[in-house]
Amino acid sequence: MQGSKTLSRGKILKVSGPLVVAEGMGDAEMFDVVRVSGQNLIGEIIEIHGDLASIQVYEETAGLGPGEPVVSTGAPLSVELAPGMMGEIFDGIQRPLEAIMAKVGNNITRGVQVDALDRTRQWEFVPVAQVGDRLVGGDILGTVQETVVVVHKVLVPPGVSGVLREIRAGSHTIVEPIAVVETEDGGRRELPMLQKWPVRIGRPHAGKISPERSMVTGQRSIDTFFPVARGGTAAVPGPFGSGKTVIQHQLAKWAEADIVVYIGCGERGNEMTDVLLEFPELTDPRTGESLMNRTVLIANTSDMPVAAREASIYTGITIAEYFRDMGYSVAIMADSTSRWAEALREMSGRLEEMPGEEGYPAYLGSRLAQFYERAGLVTCLGQERREGVLTAIGAVSPPGGDLSDPVAQATLRIVKVFWGLDSALAYRRHFPAINWLISYSLYADRVGEYMDRHVAPDWSALRALAMRLLQDEAELEEIVKLVGFDSLSAGDRLKLEAARSIREDFLHQNSYDPVDTYTSLPKQYRMLSLILRYYQEGTRALERGASFRALYDLPVRDGIARFKYIPEDEVDHEADRLDRALRDQVGAILPQGVM
Amino acid sequence: MPREYRTIAEVAGPLMLVRKVEGVTFGELGEILLPSGEVRRCRVLEINGDNALVQLFESTVGINIAETRVRFLGRGLELPVSPDILGRVFDGMGHPADGGPDIIPERRLDVNGTPMNPAARNYPSEFIQTGVSAIDGLNTLVRGQKLPIFTGSGLPHAQLAAQIARQAKVRSADSKFAVVFAAMGITFEEADYFIRDFRRTGAIDRAVLFMNLANHPAIERISTPRMALTAAEYLAFTRGMHVLVIMTDITYYAEALREVSAARKEVPGRRGYPGYLYTDLATLYERAGRQKGKDGSITLIPILTMPEDDKTHPIPDLTGYITEGQIILSRDLHRRGIRPPIDVLPSLSRLKDKGIGKGKTREDHAQTMNQLFAAYARGKEAKELSVILGEAALSDVDRLYAKFAEAFEAEYVSQGYETERSIEETLDLGWKLLSLLPRTELKRIREEFLDRYYKERTS
Repeated sequence: MQGSKTLSRGKILKVSGPLVVAEGMGDAEMFDVVRVSGQNLIGEIIEIHGDLASIQVYEETAGLGPGEPVVSTGAPLSVELAPGMMGEIFDGIQRPLEAIMAKVGNNITRGVQVDALDRTRQWEFVPVAQVGDRLVGGDILGTVQETVVVVHKVLVPPGVSGVLREIRAGSHTIVEPIAVVETEDGGRRELPMLQKWPVRIGRPHAGKISPERSMVTGQRSIDTFFPVARGGTAAVPGPFGSGKTVIQHQLAKWAEADIVVYIGCGERGNEMTDVLLEFPELTDPRTGESLMNRTVLIANTSDMPVAAREASIYTGITIAEYFRDMGYSVAIMADSTSRWAEALREMSGRLEEMPGEEGYPAYLGSRLAQFYERAGLVTCLGQERREGVLTAIGAVSPPGGDLSDPVAQATLRIVKVFWGLDSALAYRRHFPAINWLISYSLYADRVGEYMDRHVAPDWSALRALAMRLLQDEAELEEIVKLVGFDSLSAGDRLKLEAARSIREDFLHQNSYDPVDTYTSLPKQYRMLSLILRYYQEGTRALERGASFRALYDLPVRDGIARFKYIPEDEVDHEADRLDRALRDQVGAILPQGVM
Repeated sequence: MPREYRTIAEVAGPLMLVRKVEGVTFGELGEILLPSGEVRRCRVLEINGDNALVQLFESTVGINIAETRVRFLGRGLELPVSPDILGRVFDGMGHPADGGPDIIPERRLDVNGTPMNPAARNYPSEFIQTGVSAIDGLNTLVRGQKLPIFTGSGLPHAQLAAQIARQAKVRSADSKFAVVFAAMGITFEEADYFIRDFRRTGAIDRAVLFMNLANHPAIERISTPRMALTAAEYLAFTRGMHVLVIMTDITYYAEALREVSAARKEVPGRRGYPGYLYTDLATLYERAGRQKGKDGSITLIPILTMPEDDKTHPIPDLTGYITEGQIILSRDLHRRGIRPPIDVLPSLSRLKDKGIGKGKTREDHAQTMNQLFAAYARGKEAKELSVILGEAALSDVDRLYAKFAEAFEAEYVSQGYETERSIEETLDLGWKLLSLLPRTELKRIREEFLDRYYKERTS
């Protein structure tokens, strides 16, 4: 690929943490990957001044000194794309961590050289395209059953087109050519399964489409109240301990996606271990297979070198785009984008750039926007005009949970869904601690229309009523704080009870309970309509002279509260039963003679 | 013999610039030879051409440009280790400080360590019984966890930490246990409290102590926790021991870091702390854990004083983002005589869910824990409301919750520093308190557990 280009060879001049300045790099290009010192540490050129190149080094730099060699590879930081990624855990620059462990043991030493993807493994390639077909970039050459649930479609790389002259079915490694294309200029191009793509450049598509369907997550406060569209973007900011990571894990587990790319960016090592150990045990409610079969993990834990943290989210999203291009629905979770921004800040500081807000570089906002804009519902390249979906969800860890933090602000300007986590809710162990008063979803209206058509005609109406009750509750609570509970009318008390029921029986969801962890849309609908029916029937009963006390003590309420633990296959039966019980019991408390 | 340089050009704060060096590398350890014959140590922070910027670990007093010499050792800061380190006291740089002989090293380890491969970690899931109800019952500690204590000046964190060190045990397992204690900038008296407590219980024979006290050089503190963690890694992953590391006080450590950063004139982050404070703290905290194929474990309890009891201050804030939870001490509870004054609501153990339940503690643990949290939170709100409006303004059920909150603080949390409760005692106490509430209120507990454990109080 680099062909006849002369590769720059320079020498280290300066070392300051992850930043190395090398001289003699006049021919190098911006963002070229370089090998630093005899230990072959990986770095990337991020600034050029004449003969001097500033290099961010993705590995620990202790022991480096002036005079050691720096060699450019002549290519920008790229990921390898081919079968073999599913179920794997990679570091921020796509080095496979399991293979590194096998090679150097439990701790990551420097200069380890391992191929990102296994070059020796044989994959059974099944051709789709036929000899003589005219192909363009994005067309499917053939498929490989990568895991039980993922059919890996081998695509013609973007930019390549021509007539298929040869295609080779059977077992192949990812580097062996599986097809030969005669290009427009008459040249022969051999195509292996393996492709490379520079991480900082978004993979091309044939155009974006505005999303209208929500990505079902099985999380009630998200699906019902603050839905994220397929192809949308969402952010979860919150102070520590408010459950960001649990939400991200829940989404990775249950989100309606064919492929999940999970990026642990500057977070705890044990969280990645948790995913590695837990996901293979969990089954996908849609396929019945292990969740690990559809998951790719990128881990730059907080003790790993900071420069690779900056690269990790690009590595992750490039892999996600690759699967999107096959026509899959891909969800990417980045936990946490604040650590990525801090890595950016650290490098910016070492480059002695003029700082913007809180020491973050002035280009923080535009870099974040570029990342999130790579998500979307798109028409993929290729003559088939497949639709591909890439949904991006980023956690933000603002200092002290303060949303005026530059990273949080820059993120909120871009994303369409905001799940604001609240430490007060977390202290009460109300999880997910998504504060319903501050959160929003700009997809709510469009998704609502879709739900009305496909789930239940009064979906949007119920949602609106529930939201209003929660709003009213906040106001009534202010009044209670001033004048006490006794001063409220029976109607207002019922409102408070109904709102409490929405909070405790609907919004509160226990991710560690085997049933409660995932709720289907029909069940969500039945749950919410039961709670709201209690409110509506109760209001009517109060008007007819029933006492609040009697409504409060209705035995059916216990059933409503425990409805969340009813398994999916018994939902309708139980909901019908509760519906009847509710009507009967409300009827029984009406004063005699009123019907 | 390494070359000696007499080319010190500048000395400012803890930093020194040495010119015309050759073959010096980033992070390398150096020795400064003073005219008085004294030897001090330093580390290369930046190397630019033939200029080396070094950071001293000790004071700069007595250094002069004309006669002081520097030599670089070609390696980073190392700690000599052997099984003999158990029972010994070292200073913050790893030199023996108990008058005993030097350690004859089995090996020398780079104190900076290397990042643990997340694929090589073993998820912590073994319940540690600390005998403290507020921890065992509600914020359960597991082997290999990093769980800091967030405290304020004047709060009894030392008593609590010593109690944990004394009582912590893994039931069912009879394994080799050790304590590594790192003091950073604390007073002699506080350090002495720990040492005496270790002596009293005989724990001192299984302990390794690294002492950087308030009167020792502040910059030395930057290496103290790394020394302690290196010793812990050796004991845990080479010697197969279960190591409890107590580090106190992280706040002083971060201040030392800020001092170096300010001297380098780096762009400051929040409150003058360097932008890389998160990364730096992470390289300490993340060294805790368990590894595949290794018997030992490192459980880390850092103690940090929140300036002005402010949890959003950068040090507790960034710590909370790295550690797996936090135990928070409350000044309000302390004033009201609750001992230990653990504020259970903002406290959290992120790893508790994998360490509790059937076969680990008891089947009803998870749900009673959630119920206790929810009930206590509601009771506290009710109490606040009754302060404003009088008890009469509360609904009947809220009055019960208020009573529950009182009883919970007095009986469950306040157990004193010498009481050790088994997990069964803690769980039974929880049920006793929950029975103050009517059964219908206990929505977070499954019926089967209610049937088995709930006994309504007839009052």
